[in-house]
Order: sequence, then C-alpha cells, then structure tokens
Amino acid sequence: MAVDIPTRRRAKPKDDTRLALLFIAPALLGFLVFMIWPALRGIYLSFTKFNLLTPPSFTGFDNYVRMVQDPVFWNALKVTVYYVAVNIAVQTVVALVIAVLMQRLTRRTWLRGIVLTPYLVSNVVAALVFLWILDYQLGIANKLIAATGLDRIAFLTDSTWVIPTIALINVWRHVGYTALLIFAGLQTIPETLYEAARVDGAGEITMFRRITVPLLRPIMALVLIITVVGSFQVFDTVAITTRGGPVDSSRVLQYYIYDMAFGRFQFGYASAMSVALLIVLVVITFVQYRLTRASSSDLA
Amino acid sequence: MKRLAILLTIFLVAGCGWSGSDATGRGGKGTIEYWLWDSAQEPGYQKCADAFAAQNPGLTIHISQYGWDVYWQKLTAGFIAGTAPDVFTDHLAKFAQFADLKVLRPLDSLGPTSDLNDGDYQAGLAQLWKGQDGNRYGSPKDWDTIALFYNPASLSAAGVDPSTLSDLTWNPIDGGTFEKTVAHLTVDVNGVRGDQPGFDKTHVKRYGFGSDGGGGGWGQTQWSAFTGSAGWQATDRNPWGTHFNLDQPAFQQTLSWYFGLVRKGYMPTFQEIGGNNPIGPDKQIQSGMAAMALSGSWMLSTFSNLTDAAGKKLNIGIAPTPIGPTGKRASMFNGLADSITTLSKQPENAANWVRFLSGADCQNIIGRSGVVFPARPEGTQLAIDFNRDSRRLDVTPFTDQVTQKTTFLFPVTTNAADITALMIPRMDAVYLGDAPVSSLTTLNDQLNRLFEVAR
Repeated sequence: MAVDIPTRRRAKPKDDTRLALLFIAPALLGFLVFMIWPALRGIYLSFTKFNLLTPPSFTGFDNYVRMVQDPVFWNALKVTVYYVAVNIAVQTVVALVIAVLMQRLTRRTWLRGIVLTPYLVSNVVAALVFLWILDYQLGIANKLIAATGLDRIAFLTDSTWVIPTIALINVWRHVGYTALLIFAGLQTIPETLYEAARVDGAGEITMFRRITVPLLRPIMALVLIITVVGSFQVFDTVAITTRGGPVDSSRVLQYYIYDMAFGRFQFGYASAMSVALLIVLVVITFVQYRLTRASSSDLA
Repeated sequence: MKRLAILLTIFLVAGCGWSGSDATGRGGKGTIEYWLWDSAQEPGYQKCADAFAAQNPGLTIHISQYGWDVYWQKLTAGFIAGTAPDVFTDHLAKFAQFADLKVLRPLDSLGPTSDLNDGDYQAGLAQLWKGQDGNRYGSPKDWDTIALFYNPASLSAAGVDPSTLSDLTWNPIDGGTFEKTVAHLTVDVNGVRGDQPGFDKTHVKRYGFGSDGGGGGWGQTQWSAFTGSAGWQATDRNPWGTHFNLDQPAFQQTLSWYFGLVRKGYMPTFQEIGGNNPIGPDKQIQSGMAAMALSGSWMLSTFSNLTDAAGKKLNIGIAPTPIGPTGKRASMFNGLADSITTLSKQPENAANWVRFLSGADCQNIIGRSGVVFPARPEGTQLAIDFNRDSRRLDVTPFTDQVTQKTTFLFPVTTNAADITALMIPRMDAVYLGDAPVSSLTTLNDQLNRLFEVAR
C-alpha cells in the first residue's frame, strides 16, 4: 500500500480549484455586488411603480405596455441609433487611418501621445468647450463661418445638425483612444508579411487592403463591440450641450431614462427602459460577435 | 461559457449608466444646512445667518448655493441618499410634489413655526404654501412679479420716449402699440428699422424685444404677462387646479401672436438665444441684441450691475407689462418659501432658523440689500427705498402690480415634474415653428391625463 501512494499522486493532476476560487473571489464579489445585484434589482423595479422615496408597488407589465405606446421612447431609440451610426462610422474610419499612419509612417512616441490627448479631457469639459466654440452668436466657429460670408450654423440648436454635431464632438474625444487600440492590433501583424508583399511589388494601399484589414479583423471586432456599447450610452455630452433639445431631436435613450428617474421620480418606468436598452445591447453585441467571428484569427 | 461571461460583463457595465452624487459635507451638531439657488441672494442670507448665530449661541448656519438647473436634481439625489439639507429654498412649482413624496415636514408640527401668521405677509402669499392636506409646508420669504426692462440708449436712438412705455397696449390681432414700439426698436444690419420698408428680418442687429425661451415653466418671463392680460388662467382653479386650459382660444391666440414676433424678426429665434442653454434677457440687453425684454424682479440686482463693452455701468430702465385685451395689465405673482426636510435630524433648530428667515429682522436685512422683495410689507418697502436711493431705479412697475391687484398666481398643481418635462419640448417646438400653436391642445390632454393617473 505504501508504494501505491506516490504513484497515485503522480497520476492525478493537482487540483487548483480552491486556490483559483480564492483568487477570483474579490473580483467575483465586486461583480455580484456591483453588477449582478443592481441589474437584477433594476429588472425587478421595472415591474413596479417606484418614486425612489416610498416603497415600490408591483404593477406587472404596466411599464412595458407604456413603453411600447410611448412615442418619446421610440423617438429616443431612433435618435440613439442615428447617433451611434454617425459616431461609430466616422470614428472607426478615422481611427483606422490614424492607426495605420502611426504604424507605417512614424514611430515617434510624442506624436502618439498627441493623438491620445483629447481622451484625457473629460466628456463634460469637452462638451462645454464645444458648446462655446459652436455657439450660434458668440462661438468662434460661427464667427469664422460668418466672416467667410456664409450663414451661421445652429450646430447644437437645430434639429438637423444636433445629432451629427454631438456625434462628431465625441469622435473628437474618442478617436485617439480607438486609434490606439487599433494600433496595438497592428503591432501583432508580423513585419515579415509586409516585407514579402513589398518584394512582390505591392504598394502601401494594396498592402493595407490585402494584409492589414484582413489580419486586423479580430481587433476591429473587439474595438467595434466596445465602442458601440459605449456609444449607445451617450449621456454627458447631451446633458451639457442640449438637454435633449431642440424639442426631442437629441433626447437619446440614456438621457430620457435619467430624466424619467431623477427628474420625474418614475424609477419603475425608467428601469423598464433600461432593461430594454440592455436587451438591445445584448442583441447587437451578439450579432456583432457572430458576424465578425471576433474570437478567431486569420493569422494562423 | 467564458465568452458568455465576458459578454455578460460588458452588458452589465453597459446597464449601469448613472453613478453616484457627491455627498454634501454635513456640519457637526448645531450646524444647520441651508440651500438656495440664487447666487445674488447668498450675501444677504449670509448676513441673516450671522445675525441668527449671534442670537442663538451654539447654532450656526451653513449655506450652500447651487444654480437653478442642478439645484432640484441635487435636492432629489439628496433626498434619496440622505444628504438633503435641513432647510432649503422652495418654489411653488415644486413643493406639492415634495409634499406628496413626504420629504417636507409640516411647519405647523414644529414649535417655533407653529404660529406663523398669514397676515404678516403680502396678501395671499402665505396661503399658497399650504398643501391640499391643510398643512403649511413653507414660510414665505419673498415675492416676485414681471416687468419690462429696457436700455434707454436703444430707445433714444429710435426716438422712443421711455414714458410712453407705461401706456403700451397689445392685442392678438395687430399687437397694438406694444408691437409698433417693438417693431420700431428693431434694427437690421443695414440700419433699417422693423417698421420701415426694406427691413431684412433674417439679418437683425438688434431685436426690439428679447426672449427668455419657449416658456416651459408657465411662461413666467415669456408669455404669461400677455396670456394673463388676455384674461387666461392656466387651470380651472388655483391652487390645486383639476383641469388645464391650454386648449382655450385666448391662450392659443396669444401664443400665436407672441411667437409670431419671432417670424416677423422682432424677437430672437430659439437658435439665436442658444437653445436649451440660453443667454438670458439681461445679457441680450447688455450685448445690444435686444432693446427691451420681460424679466422678473429677482433680476433687479443683475440688471443694475450690467456694464457696457467699455466696462462702464449700463443704464437700465423699467416699465410695466403692457395693457392687454382685458383693459388691464397683468403679472404672474410668485413667491418663494423656506421648507424643512424630513431628513433633518434637528427639526426644532431648523424651525428656529425658518422662523428667523420669515421674521422681520432677516426680511429687513434682505430688503435693505435690495436683491428681492421680502414677503413682509415692511421689508418690501425697504427694498423699494434701496432701489430708489442706491440704484436710482424706480421699481414701482413691479410693486404696482400688487397694489393695483393686477397679479395672478403661479399655477400650483401636483405632478410638477411631469408637467415641466411635458411642457418644455412642446413649447420649444412652437417657438421653433416646428409645431403649430394648436398642437398645445394635445399637450393639454396629456397634462389633464396626469390628474387621472393615480401616482
């Protein structure tokens, strides 16, 4: 018997489960307390009438029925999707160009630093600065436009201009960060591929189309998932520059939810709309994940 | 599974958008937290706080001031997080909702404020602060009315005698002498006046009449002086109306004419005043964008401190609101009060402070600083004297509305937060010209439904 013991030990791999659990416990605790519990409570509150100060009362699907019939909700969803489309399309293209330029043309750290600078400015400050730059009467942008003899543009106070303007303000702030993520992805593409292509006589544009873009796909997929989820949550820029106006033309979903909860004391209905936003994001992210095959690479 | 977990994490981060308010630093025992929103009033109330502390050893007042826009959100967050102040400046539009939410302490239930006397204040003010349950939720501190502020230089450049402003009349058909004056005061970039041929309404240098926005808060500083002098009331009775009147012709005709001034080029557009981040009538007059504009008596110190581009004090004049189709002028009559929150851990001390705020000592201090009209007649007279002697300002266009009984009350109803949220976009749409005035009938139906939906 005494002989068997070491053999058996060797045969059975060491069980790390307990140690692993110990290590992930702090993160798991935070995840449960700050993510799962609020999410579950939010879902519960979406079935109640709750004004934050007196106990909630259960109302079944009333909030969801109201949501389906609420034109402001549907408008908010439409406005949000419009915002995301403009924001992500412009941001991704510009970020990709900046990243490739950083990769192919320069290696200077300070230049990469400059690209990231807008990201270091807080959303609120960026929004305030642009609010002044774009002001109809006093803004320097409109002073320049007027100086060239053109009519002033009501960037943030005209229903046509407001969403593209807010989207571009946020592109300005986030594009450097997105470019840096893509740039990190570019670093993973072996230099040898470009050398081989160059030997075969390929130019920069061909190499970009045939090598960079295909091999960047998993990184681009990740970047898109992160930026789309982030973009859907636009709030601070709207709160500072337009407060949802003019009329409802920049009343994005997050701002409507916030106003409903903390301005109008209708926390139950606000929770129902939050759940709707959660579902929208889950669906979009799942579809993105599938379409872009984010977890596999063509590099192998 | 792992992939799912990662995705789930992303979504849950996505789900938790809003986070935390900064907690207010609360003083130690014997420190009463007091909030107000008007920075111009803070120095005056600091004097009251000092006087109170001198009379009450061991008690001090800590005043916090937050701008109007964030004030109510911070207060709401404070009620939820337990960081609300002991005492705060309350508004007629808001107190009913707070009373419903049970965050206000009835003043009758506290010793020092149990015997406030309605008769000590300007007629009608104190009664406004009694809830539907009959309890008193605020002690009157001040009152305000509306008048026409103007730049005398713009008037003399147009050859308009300032004394004629007090006889102006308006009507929804042709705007009367008021619109004639506004048109004449309007100048386009080529120097052509609004009532002259060749006036370019799309390139206006100075508008005859400034704008304070669409008037989502019952048009207090926008159109209420016109709807009021057309004989219109916002609700069937006030306070505690049960039906709104935005569908009535008197209201819609008045607004059609009022916002028509924008289309005619006599009043700045929504875009020009900065949309939902507007530059106020004071800055419109200061910058020369407008010759005159309606504003409230609480803006007196702001207007009297305006300077011109060279840094010199800007001369300002005040005229009464124009006379309307009823043959009378009209002004909304609003008042502020101090309320005690249920979160206060020292309600008796808080009540002592509120009693002091509504007493003669403090209101006379405020009156002598000339910032607002205190609720007590004696304090009001001190404010009139201060404006006349120190600022060379005749403020009787504000006070005459009260003595001549041409005021109407701010509409006090329940569901204030919903009303504001529904009104602002719809009024802005009319201001923008995106929606006809008749669309306010739909808004009226929505507002009336608020009464039906039990909250």
